[in-house]
Amino acid sequence: MVYARLILMRLFKAVIVLFLIVIFNFLLIQLAPGDPAAILAGEAGAADQEFLNQLRERFGLDQPMYVQLWRYVSGIAMLDFGYSYRLGVPVFDLIMDRLPATLLLTGTAFVLSLVLGIVAGSMAASRVKKPSGSIIMALALVFYATPLFWVALMSVVVFSVYLGWLPAYGLYTVGAGHTGFALVLDVAKHLVLPATTLALFFMAIYTRMTRTSMLDAAQQDYVKTARAKGLKPSIIQRRHVLRNALLPIITLAGLQAGQMVGGAILTETVFAWPGIGRLMFEALQQRDYNLLLGIFFFSAALVIVFNIITDLVYSLADPRIKKGAA
Amino acid sequence: MSFFARFAQNRGALVGLIILLLIIAMAILAPLLFPESPWRMVQRPFLPPLSQDGFPLGTDTMGRNVASGLMHGAWVSLLIGLVSTSVALLIGVPLGAIAGYYGGIIDDVLMRFTEFFQTIPNFALAIVLVAIMQPSITSIVLAIAIVSWPPVARLVRAEFMSLRNREYVEAARLVGQSNTTIILRQILPNTLSPIIVLASLMVATAILLESALSFLGLGDPNVMSWGYMIGAARTVIRQAWWLSFFPGVAILLTVLALNLVGEGLDDALNPKLSRER
Repeated sequence: MVYARLILMRLFKAVIVLFLIVIFNFLLIQLAPGDPAAILAGEAGAADQEFLNQLRERFGLDQPMYVQLWRYVSGIAMLDFGYSYRLGVPVFDLIMDRLPATLLLTGTAFVLSLVLGIVAGSMAASRVKKPSGSIIMALALVFYATPLFWVALMSVVVFSVYLGWLPAYGLYTVGAGHTGFALVLDVAKHLVLPATTLALFFMAIYTRMTRTSMLDAAQQDYVKTARAKGLKPSIIQRRHVLRNALLPIITLAGLQAGQMVGGAILTETVFAWPGIGRLMFEALQQRDYNLLLGIFFFSAALVIVFNIITDLVYSLADPRIKKGAA
Repeated sequence: MSFFARFAQNRGALVGLIILLLIIAMAILAPLLFPESPWRMVQRPFLPPLSQDGFPLGTDTMGRNVASGLMHGAWVSLLIGLVSTSVALLIGVPLGAIAGYYGGIIDDVLMRFTEFFQTIPNFALAIVLVAIMQPSITSIVLAIAIVSWPPVARLVRAEFMSLRNREYVEAARLVGQSNTTIILRQILPNTLSPIIVLASLMVATAILLESALSFLGLGDPNVMSWGYMIGAARTVIRQAWWLSFFPGVAILLTVLALNLVGEGLDDALNPKLSRER
């Protein structure tokens, strides 16, 4: 019951936020430079007035503003994001086509950064005054300050061009015709560089967060009690400190979802990873504003879904939340 | 202990400050050492580093001097970082102050508004804004400011909420000072240290954002920036790694230096808090 109410509340909020983004999107489309009909006509190679009018009619650009807004909003409610001005294909189909690759990349990077970040952070927390702890924190700071797209390019230079260990571009080897396990292995190989680059930045964040959170938790009374009981320090670190320190990290992970989308745009651009981030870059280059805004809306929706999931995980991990919601 | 002594106790902060001063020097010396526009083609393209006098970092795909671009780019990065952070403060500080001081419905509405901006994926929003407004220094600064003010508003709101019922504020109210005066003269000065620390970190993030935007081709077409240099060299990374390498190191050092300085400022301005860490 409590969870049902929590979910309903969050969904209601999500719908309002998405509605606002749709309106925001519509306003931006109006502000976008150039007449979409003229752009379309330019692509087709003909630009006489009659053809322009035909295009306007076909895409509903001849209607008054409020009709266009209504069409846009009701369209999106039915998952109709309109057409890509350049490709003439429904935006929704383009996004759906590219979504799995993005989910694979961001999902892998998320798990990787979370696990490595928590491990590195707890190592740093138990070595506060030692050089090894400082080295971990210094590395975390460097990764935090490094531009993601640059790490991506440099890893291509080192691991792909110079060492020749890993493929640098795409999702799988085109024309190799792999199937079954061979295909999985091929995709996994292609995934290594993009996922690791994307994970590094977030790993740095989680490392710093875990350390701070664990040092805070170590000051608590229950840790003193555990120590007074004579428990082994390693057990105290794992059972008492780390467990309690993980809660704020779940919240933080939820907040990082938006950043993850931004990171995916950059990594996918460098590695020609066929996800929605790369699609956004292509839309940008071709000034395909309808596609661009469709992806923007979609990425916001993804972030909101992810936030709801982390909220639920949080309430499962911390039973006190239940009382608060009831 | 003096402010600077506390700052200098953090050795990382001192290193950061030195790096930052060097980069500022780069920005100032750029027009003196390389008076020519960094866009001019001055030598044959793809000249490797250290292969010719006057071109210590080689030339790019169009035969432009990489060293010149790097120095002129320092100016652009610092300028955009500083200005966009100032604009973000101009949006975030008043919103946070009003929400925290008045509370109630005003607070509710302003915080929902802030949450809305926090939910939208930051970088995607910046891309869309710059693409729609057309790339220019102004649109980049605005886009970065629009995506980075929410943390400022939240911080200032929290500070105001904890200070608004202090005795000195009550006293000011009793003497009949107006709300505006209390906000600006009594409470705001007491929230400055955390704002300064946050601002120094925001400059770093802004520089990263700007470089990422230029990398994607959304930089101002009239100014040479580090992100643009990396983006332009992306497709020739196999032949000429150095074209992407040096600008990336420049971004890394600048952002790192600003983060270190931010930590040092935190130590110096909030001595009690940071001693425990």
